Amino acid sequence: MTTDKRRFRMSHKFPVLIAGTLLTAAVVIGQQTPATRTPAAPASAGTSAKAPAPAATAKAPAAAKPWVTPRTPDGQPDLQGYWTNATYAPLERAPANVTANKLFFTKEEYDARVKQAALADEAQTTPGTTGDVHYDFTQFGLDKSQNPFAQDMRTSMITDPPDGRIPAQTAEGQKRGRDRTAAYRTAGGYNQVQDIVLGSRCIIYNPPPGPPMLPQGYNGNYQIIQSRDAVMILFEQIGDIRIIPLDNRPSPPLSVRNTMGISRGHWEGDTLVIETTNFDERPQGRNAALAGISDNFKLIERLKRTGEDTFDYEFTVSDPETFVKPWTASMPFTRIKGPIFEAACHEGNYGIEDTMKGARAADAAAAKKPGQ
Amino acid sequence: MYDPAHLPKKILEIQQMHSWRRFTAFLAIAVIACLAIVMASIVSMAGQQTPAPAAATYRTPRTKDGKPDFNGIWQAMNNANWDIAPHNAERATLKIEAVIGALSAMPPGLGIVEGGVLPYLPAALKQRKENFEKRFAEDPEAKCYLPGVPRFIYMPFPFQIIQGTDHIAMVSEYKGALRDIYMNSTKKAPADSWMGWSNGKWDGETLVIDTTGFNDRSWFDRSGDFHSDALHVVERITAASPYHLNYEATIEDPQVFSKPFKISMPLYRRMEKNIELLEYRCVEYSEELIYGKYRKVPLQ
Repeated sequence: MTTDKRRFRMSHKFPVLIAGTLLTAAVVIGQQTPATRTPAAPASAGTSAKAPAPAATAKAPAAAKPWVTPRTPDGQPDLQGYWTNATYAPLERAPANVTANKLFFTKEEYDARVKQAALADEAQTTPGTTGDVHYDFTQFGLDKSQNPFAQDMRTSMITDPPDGRIPAQTAEGQKRGRDRTAAYRTAGGYNQVQDIVLGSRCIIYNPPPGPPMLPQGYNGNYQIIQSRDAVMILFEQIGDIRIIPLDNRPSPPLSVRNTMGISRGHWEGDTLVIETTNFDERPQGRNAALAGISDNFKLIERLKRTGEDTFDYEFTVSDPETFVKPWTASMPFTRIKGPIFEAACHEGNYGIEDTMKGARAADAAAAKKPGQ
Repeated sequence: MYDPAHLPKKILEIQQMHSWRRFTAFLAIAVIACLAIVMASIVSMAGQQTPAPAAATYRTPRTKDGKPDFNGIWQAMNNANWDIAPHNAERATLKIEAVIGALSAMPPGLGIVEGGVLPYLPAALKQRKENFEKRFAEDPEAKCYLPGVPRFIYMPFPFQIIQGTDHIAMVSEYKGALRDIYMNSTKKAPADSWMGWSNGKWDGETLVIDTTGFNDRSWFDRSGDFHSDALHVVERITAASPYHLNYEATIEDPQVFSKPFKISMPLYRRMEKNIELLEYRCVEYSEELIYGKYRKVPLQ
């Protein structure tokens, strides 16, 4: 499809709902230097069974001045700024790559993957379909390929177990996951607004921005503001915020639950370690791997600066009621220029209003044609 | 050289008497002055919740980079969210009362507006009255919209200040709303927004925040006090003790008000050891109001 056609289509169909989001993207893109396109070499020419930390960690040239972890006035490693965890690395290793013990894509394979994914992003709206009535990521520069993303050549983000696969789930965990996924799929009737999924209603983005903070389809952008006592992480979509206290306070009783859990942080050397519990069950459309989490789900995240424009993010999922053993994944966060603009998703959610109106109009039309 | 011992006794007595009288007079004046100050502050507090006269001597503990340390969780303790002007208790409607009883009533309040009256332009005053009539359906808080400024400050929810290096974050428990304050920045709003674009700077003990770039959709309270997109808010926040901040703001909006006006109130530190912001995702509690009319089967 040509750009002109697309523009014409968009001028008619672009929902005001995302005006704020697009504006943000425009601001971000407008101020960004082009994404660094040079894939970093694998951090270690990988044959070791245990995959190393994210490959995107750029190694400084040997001659350069050694990089020193930047610190806040309080002496803590400085995680502040605007970041994205966009990447084309898969969470789980494909079975063929497990069999071949292939930990990294070759440069050719990697480039082909990125190209293919960018094309898929562009082609995601097919003219004349319902999906097409939404908007076109590519037109507005929202797709990953037009924005900075980590050059991560690994065949999986999962580092443990070493095969890069999510461990087996208990029968109980599988059932929980199935039930929640089924409940999610049967949502989507339009008899009442509550039938529509949480993400479309701007309650929490779908899939939830975590924790864990998994890469998103688009606008997976974050802002961190850090004081001596607390770290705030803003997630751009729906403007969701986590506040992580650093004062070693105990967690509240499990009767108090947040959709994004309740987090506690502390410094281990230069690594910010965040432990999160007290998740509620609600989020629909969690990454399938996390759909079955139990009340005893515990997440540990580790954030460590690795360069001027990167930090490593690693998370470990522990939930013996759901997984036969804990599992760990990692990915780099890459600096973007920002700023991140106010999302105000619900405030401009004409999509829901029009969807509900449309459903009642369809009811009325059906009632007029009995027997047809 | 003056030496009282050399003066005749009579003169000495007169002088002592004078000095006693002077002292008495001084004492009387001092007592009257103190009373006047106390009375004035009582009157003024009763009138508009003006913070107690700032103890000019209080020096806020500093962060490592030498800035006054406002980190922590704070909350206003007044009824300004119902109406920023002085107001009496008031019924919602009998229909609403029939469902939730006295939970629906507006509690009274002395307001936070200096002088007690908002200087509305005539057309704007008419709009305010219309807003008041429609308040249960139209208040952006009922729809779980972002609170705007200054309403963010006196929503009946705690908010947390996180002082970063180049940004100060203020996060409200209400909706998880964020005010991102750009420190020492001269950037202008790239577009209008609910929370506006805030540039902050330190003026000695005081955090001064200049906010513009608002849209015209937020209200100041549940009574329909409103503004246009020409709103300009300058806030001054100064610690008066380890436990409270004095907050004042000048509100300017030539499309709605004939002149700028000031609001002020103390903000209190939440002292509970376990205080933290929890999730209040109010969107889902607003949907029946906004979209209920599209139900296939109306609620019974």
